[in-house]
Amino acid sequence: MTTDSKGPTLTHRIARTLHQRPWLKVLLLLALPVIWLVGVYGGSLGALLVQSFYALDSFSGAIGEGLTLDSWRQLFTDANVAVMVRTVGMAAAVTVASVIIAFPLAYYMARYAHKRVKALLVLAVLVPLWSSYLVRVYSWKLILAADGIINWFVERLGLGRALQFLLETPFIGGPSLSISLLGQFLVFVYIWLPYMILPIHASLERVPGSLLEASADLGAQPPVTFRKVTWPMAIPGVAAGSIFTFSLTLGDYIIPTIIGDSSPFIGLAIYSYQGVAGNLPLAAAFSFIPIAVMAVYLTAARRFGAFEAL
Amino acid sequence: MRSRKLILLITAFALLATACTSSGGEEGSELPTEVGEGEGNVVIVSWAGYIERGDTDAAFDWVTQFEEETGCMVENKVAGTSDEMVALMTGSDEYDLVTASGDSSLRLIAGGSVQEVNIDLIESWDTVDPRLQDAEWHTVDGAHYGVPYSSGFNVLGYNTEVFGDTPPDSWSVVFEETTLPDGESNAGRVQAYDGPIYIADAALYLSATQPDLGIEDPYQLNTEQYEAALNLLRQQRELVGRYWHDAFIQIDDFTNEGVAASSTWPFQTNVLQAGGAPIDKVVPVEGATGWADTTMMSSNAPNPNCAYMWMEWSLNPKLQGDLAAWFGTVPAVPEACEGNELLGPDGCANNGSESFDEILFWKTPTDDCNGTAEAGACVPYHEWVTDYLAVIGGR
Repeated sequence: MTTDSKGPTLTHRIARTLHQRPWLKVLLLLALPVIWLVGVYGGSLGALLVQSFYALDSFSGAIGEGLTLDSWRQLFTDANVAVMVRTVGMAAAVTVASVIIAFPLAYYMARYAHKRVKALLVLAVLVPLWSSYLVRVYSWKLILAADGIINWFVERLGLGRALQFLLETPFIGGPSLSISLLGQFLVFVYIWLPYMILPIHASLERVPGSLLEASADLGAQPPVTFRKVTWPMAIPGVAAGSIFTFSLTLGDYIIPTIIGDSSPFIGLAIYSYQGVAGNLPLAAAFSFIPIAVMAVYLTAARRFGAFEAL
Repeated sequence: MRSRKLILLITAFALLATACTSSGGEEGSELPTEVGEGEGNVVIVSWAGYIERGDTDAAFDWVTQFEEETGCMVENKVAGTSDEMVALMTGSDEYDLVTASGDSSLRLIAGGSVQEVNIDLIESWDTVDPRLQDAEWHTVDGAHYGVPYSSGFNVLGYNTEVFGDTPPDSWSVVFEETTLPDGESNAGRVQAYDGPIYIADAALYLSATQPDLGIEDPYQLNTEQYEAALNLLRQQRELVGRYWHDAFIQIDDFTNEGVAASSTWPFQTNVLQAGGAPIDKVVPVEGATGWADTTMMSSNAPNPNCAYMWMEWSLNPKLQGDLAAWFGTVPAVPEACEGNELLGPDGCANNGSESFDEILFWKTPTDDCNGTAEAGACVPYHEWVTDYLAVIGGR
């Protein structure tokens, strides 16, 4: 069959073309993400920034053509600053609490748990993420309610007064757990905890057992090994997890409407300014606060190597 | 405004609802003199649950029969807030009708988004509650910009076990710290509405308790009156455990959080009573605020004939009664209160129809006091929003 000279197949030709033109390869690879990032992400952010300089006509509530700095001035009133402080404070508290709870669990999963137990634990951490976020928040409202199950248990255990005392604490307390900052904090930690456990677990998995043995051989006590070997190697995981818990809390506007004393968070404030007041310029300006906070946070997290553990 | 409608429900409806355009609308400021042949469809922007065709509950269907009789297929676009309605209607030629609340209707008229309606073409107009026929949220200079659809009141709901033989008769139980009949303070046991329009509720209470302020219309407040209302609300913040905006969360709070008293809608108290909860409601001596919705017609309605047919249809007693039963509202047509199976014999009274004269219906606060003064005399709505948010935040 010598006469039947086969030309190169289509696949071959494509491969050759791509090989000869590296720029085409890069273009094809990056076209979609670039369009997405620049067009959709960048575009909407740019539109937001422009919106924040528009003027609001106080008579009709219509957005005017003129450009003004009014919205940015209104942004830093006492009330709005309080909203920002409350939100950032909550995000920080939730992050710290998540680390404290997640670390021992992740450590156990990575170091001690048997294969099957580990699989079970990973499953247990992930299962809540399979059900609707809203359903879980609503169930917590019932759990924490004045007539809810926690109160019932506490009463049975004869600790009613202790809880009462806790709820009388100014600032974090309230009429019941579900109407207090404390309850809100609990629900935030519950909802975002898995996002802390998984990256810490991943980073601890990467600590080779031989390193710990070497540390022990060199005479280091367990606390020293932890401080000098395990913890430094876990920091990227902790930082990565904290990006999740911090930013997710920062942007959440559902939990504060259902749990807590209705004090506004950044997301809620933006929602009110835009959805209720039709004050798009102020809402747009407000949107830059979480962006700015996250920019600072990510810069700091990068220092700790968080991006290597994502 | 009423972000109160279940967010989920809205999302689901919004996904289903598709806005579709049909052939060109008729321009012109002349009022139509007759309703011609139907165009085959009509597109209505409405609150969730306002245009029911039996999808949610087969018993509640007031669309199918209309479609069969007129051949106008109804398309429904659900809006979640008054501002969304304004945004949808402004400059659009896609929608025929909108069920606008009192806090957006005047804005729609001022913006030229809705057109005058020739009420001579609405045969059932005379059956509309006379108190609604010329209401100022849809009538400007004697011209009617729509047909009343439904209204509801913000009543005072209270726990009958807490109040026992002495039911509250004043809003003071939610504004002033006091010892309730069960011997405990009301602090932490009352709620308030989580919307800026609630400032009007405070102003209404002040108009009775501090006549020196001279508050005549709680929706038109000068700076001094407005500050007094804000101060009252700041005082209330100390008493309020949680502000409510979602009817179902409030129902839960009445059952599980021991809420003793709160502003609420008949909808919640009806649901609670049906479930056997010890909750009742009252229109206090100071009166109450309320909201009234009007079916308004777009200036560029693509299907004006079907739109007129729907406006006429929207007043039929069966629809009005079913809607009132579905939503816990008061029908715009009093006749609807009788003989409606879903509403029951006392339905209208339960929803507060007898208190109609004590209700001050929502209007958008404007800086010219709704056209009665020069610009700047009254505090405009967007400031209400900012300040109420600050009050809830404890400032």
